[in-house]
Amino acid sequence: MRRATTGRLTAVAAVLSLALAGCGGAKSDAGTDKAAAGGSKGTVKIAINPWVGYEANAAVVAYLLEKELGYTVDKKNLKEEISWQGFETGEVDVVLENWGHDDLKKTYIQEKKVAVEVGPTGNKGVIGWYVPQWMAEQYPDITDGKNLNKYANLFKTSESGGKGQLLDGDPSFVTNDAALVQNLRLNYKVVYSGSEAALIKAAQQATAQKKPLLFYFYEPQWLFAKEKYARVKLPAYTAGCDADPKKVACDYPDYTLDKIASKKFADTGGAAYQLVKNFQWTNEDQNLVSDYITNQGMTAEKAAEKWVKEHEATWKPWIPAGS
Amino acid sequence: MTTVVTDAPAAAGTAEPDGGGRPRRALPRRAVLTAGVLVVVLAGYAVVRTAGGVDGDDAAAFRFFDDLRDWVDANRDTSPLFLYGFNYLRLGVSLLVGAVHGALYGLGWAGLVAVTAAVAAVLAGWRVALLAAAGFLSFGVLGLWQESVDTLVLTLSAVLLAALIGVPLGVLAARVAPVGALLRPVLDVMQILPTFAYLAPMTLLFLIGEPAATIATVIYALPPVVRITALGISEVSRTAVEASTALGSTRWQTLVRVRLPLARPTIVLGVNQAIMMALSMVVVAALIDAPGLGQNIVQALERVNVGAAFDAGLAIVVMAVVLDRITTGAARRAAPTRHDSPRRRLIAGLAAAAVAATVTVLGRLLPWGAEFPQSWRFSFAAPVNTATAWVELHLYDATEAVKNVVTAALLDPVQTVLTTTPWWWFAAAVVAVGALTSGWRPAVVAGLAASGVAGLGLWQNAMQTLASVLVATVATMVVGVLLGVYCARHDRFAAALRPLLDAAQTMPSFVYLLPAVALFGASRFTAIAAAVIYAVPPVVRLVERGVRDVPAGAVEAAVSAGSTPAQLLWKVQLPMARGGLLLAANQGIVMVLAMVVVGGLVGAGALGYDVVAGFAQREDFGRGLAAGFAIVLLGVLMDRLTQGAGRRGTELRRAAG
Repeated sequence: MRRATTGRLTAVAAVLSLALAGCGGAKSDAGTDKAAAGGSKGTVKIAINPWVGYEANAAVVAYLLEKELGYTVDKKNLKEEISWQGFETGEVDVVLENWGHDDLKKTYIQEKKVAVEVGPTGNKGVIGWYVPQWMAEQYPDITDGKNLNKYANLFKTSESGGKGQLLDGDPSFVTNDAALVQNLRLNYKVVYSGSEAALIKAAQQATAQKKPLLFYFYEPQWLFAKEKYARVKLPAYTAGCDADPKKVACDYPDYTLDKIASKKFADTGGAAYQLVKNFQWTNEDQNLVSDYITNQGMTAEKAAEKWVKEHEATWKPWIPAGS
Repeated sequence: MTTVVTDAPAAAGTAEPDGGGRPRRALPRRAVLTAGVLVVVLAGYAVVRTAGGVDGDDAAAFRFFDDLRDWVDANRDTSPLFLYGFNYLRLGVSLLVGAVHGALYGLGWAGLVAVTAAVAAVLAGWRVALLAAAGFLSFGVLGLWQESVDTLVLTLSAVLLAALIGVPLGVLAARVAPVGALLRPVLDVMQILPTFAYLAPMTLLFLIGEPAATIATVIYALPPVVRITALGISEVSRTAVEASTALGSTRWQTLVRVRLPLARPTIVLGVNQAIMMALSMVVVAALIDAPGLGQNIVQALERVNVGAAFDAGLAIVVMAVVLDRITTGAARRAAPTRHDSPRRRLIAGLAAAAVAATVTVLGRLLPWGAEFPQSWRFSFAAPVNTATAWVELHLYDATEAVKNVVTAALLDPVQTVLTTTPWWWFAAAVVAVGALTSGWRPAVVAGLAASGVAGLGLWQNAMQTLASVLVATVATMVVGVLLGVYCARHDRFAAALRPLLDAAQTMPSFVYLLPAVALFGASRFTAIAAAVIYAVPPVVRLVERGVRDVPAGAVEAAVSAGSTPAQLLWKVQLPMARGGLLLAANQGIVMVLAMVVVGGLVGAGALGYDVVAGFAQREDFGRGLAAGFAIVLLGVLMDRLTQGAGRRGTELRRAAG
């Protein structure tokens, strides 16, 4: 990611003087367009959202874009919300694992028309309530949500005000938990840990210390390659049962994780856009790459390289014909 | 490292309004009155208390901020404010960052180490030069050379801008009273409003990346420059100014020839503070794709890899220590009283420049200079991971018990009282107590701040946060006073503690958040622990300085009268250092408030979580920004309540280095 500073400097200076001379003011995208590096077909700007599964997607797509198609990839480490803003300002071409985000879709796809949906990644997102495996073994009926009240005492903490604690994660995660607790009449209180790292750490401690923990979690997630957690069944999801967020009393649906691209990239991205569009793999694939990154200490690039070498049959069809 | 200065110039040099001449006689009466007010407040609470509850999802303030954001969003490419304002600002800043980037990378690694050492030698002496060289080499040894230089680029650019803007503003604030009065609340907001609260709008105004990160850093680093500069200018001795005027100098000449040179050591300390503030933004800046060490820490957090985060955190600590020693050394040398032979300094400077130039050229020409040698590597990641794993596994039961006791015995009761007090009763109580501790005007400001929190629609969350902040402040004071007193009495202990304090203050809290969560769970207590670690260092320094500043005559008199060491401490040193202690409390509160948002990331909920959510979710933006302002108002409230003490301790602020 070393930048061509002098090139950028002159580009910015040129824009500055041009804009000053023309007296037209500077648009918000002034000075951000970088010339393609020598010999490259162009630059693809990939947002990297801060979780490992996303990094796995991005690492493999970036590797193929660079090694198979000859593009330059500019990875930008950003939270989801900021990534979507980048579609508008031209600073982000593509988001490679999007979890729902209907509000952002409405704003940027329908209203501003600066982004488009590029279809599913093939990964199935599962959201639910989990307990450590040892609890499922010790209290076999705990995995049925109907029995949660019976065990509420086990989950009491200093934060739950005398009730059982349900630990939630990062505020950007999709969650109905507060409504669920109320509508299912559970004697629990939702405690917001505030970050994915805090949630994972709490889960790891619950396994290592054999301490009770009921927590909001999701798959695909690299932690499952290391430790086992059991999902607690809530009343089954039926279409429309989560229509009113205040009245939800059913489990989470399975999410189809998808890809989003800027309108500009979709229109002019050529082979790079085709590859992004064709990219589809399974949760097992993603978990494998995530496992390389987290538990085996590889860099994202090394992990992608290893996976690509071993799974040619999976990625060959993604490469657009004629390139 | 010096302490953060919260507010200074307005009060400096002016006489205390309420008969400061005889504070000793006024004290007991005041104490009785304060106790009386507290009894009334508590009795009233028993009558008017409410059931508490939860803040709503909607409030006028949330909607206002949402609308503001939508307007910016819609007008970014059409409004002249952007076409001719923000966009040029961004281009200018990115030009500056590019230039600094080019300069630092142009030197090569050997050149940068040599030049830093040479600068340190000229400004602060050869010991610091050695430290600087060793410190910068350690970036490469940790395998973090490029990331460290990227962080240095961002820090230097931001500090350069902060100095360019802050020094003139500080001069203006000191010389033109209305400007000073006007600036003060603005600086309060800039310093206390959590960066998280405006990070997303920052990228709307200045796009993703270095310019936005630089500007966010400038906003945070600017207040100390303005405040300390103003303090330095207003403390220039009247005699010097009168002499200059008597010689027929114009006001401008007096400023340039007398005031600025005399205030230079203080101004350099302001720059020193700006550097420390800028370095504490490194991790936050990484969230909007600013390159550097922050990226390593964010990534390590994602992978729950404390060891990797520790390496990057250590590099930040080292950078902070090196830059601190260079600037404090420079401040000492800038003191006009110091008479070095100019010829000797010139020769030393030329020698240092020659060495630096030779190393730089050699580094550029010879193959070993192209990249930091791969073989000189050392990482703390593995030992740190082993150690934290052991601690997490074996101490959990003990730490869990501590958490439960403190929470049940202290935190929960305080929180219950605060959240069930109606806002108007709380505001009235604040005014009454404030009038006694700080005078009427600050008391009214504090009361208005309390009402403002209610007006933002976040009363319950604000009171929850306040409860944690109060407990954290008490804990900080207990630890800080114990260590500070001990340091004042044992020089060796003080010297040994200094690097630890430096590390505690500059090690990004993100590095030790995960072990804290492992030991204390996702809880308010975890947030309090992190806040105490961050806030203790300046308190220790202020307390130590306060105790050491007790006149030797008083101590000798007490000793010759047969006082035991304990009596000396309780009857002489602590009472006479009272100003320093209260100032330390005031500082501690500000530092604790700065950690509220970090608390939101580890389960403390309330305002910190609101701010984090506002950054993460588009629909929570308004609520997040409102929560940011609620934190500012809490800061103003507590600052005004403890301000009476702060005023008396003005000189101490400077001495805290």
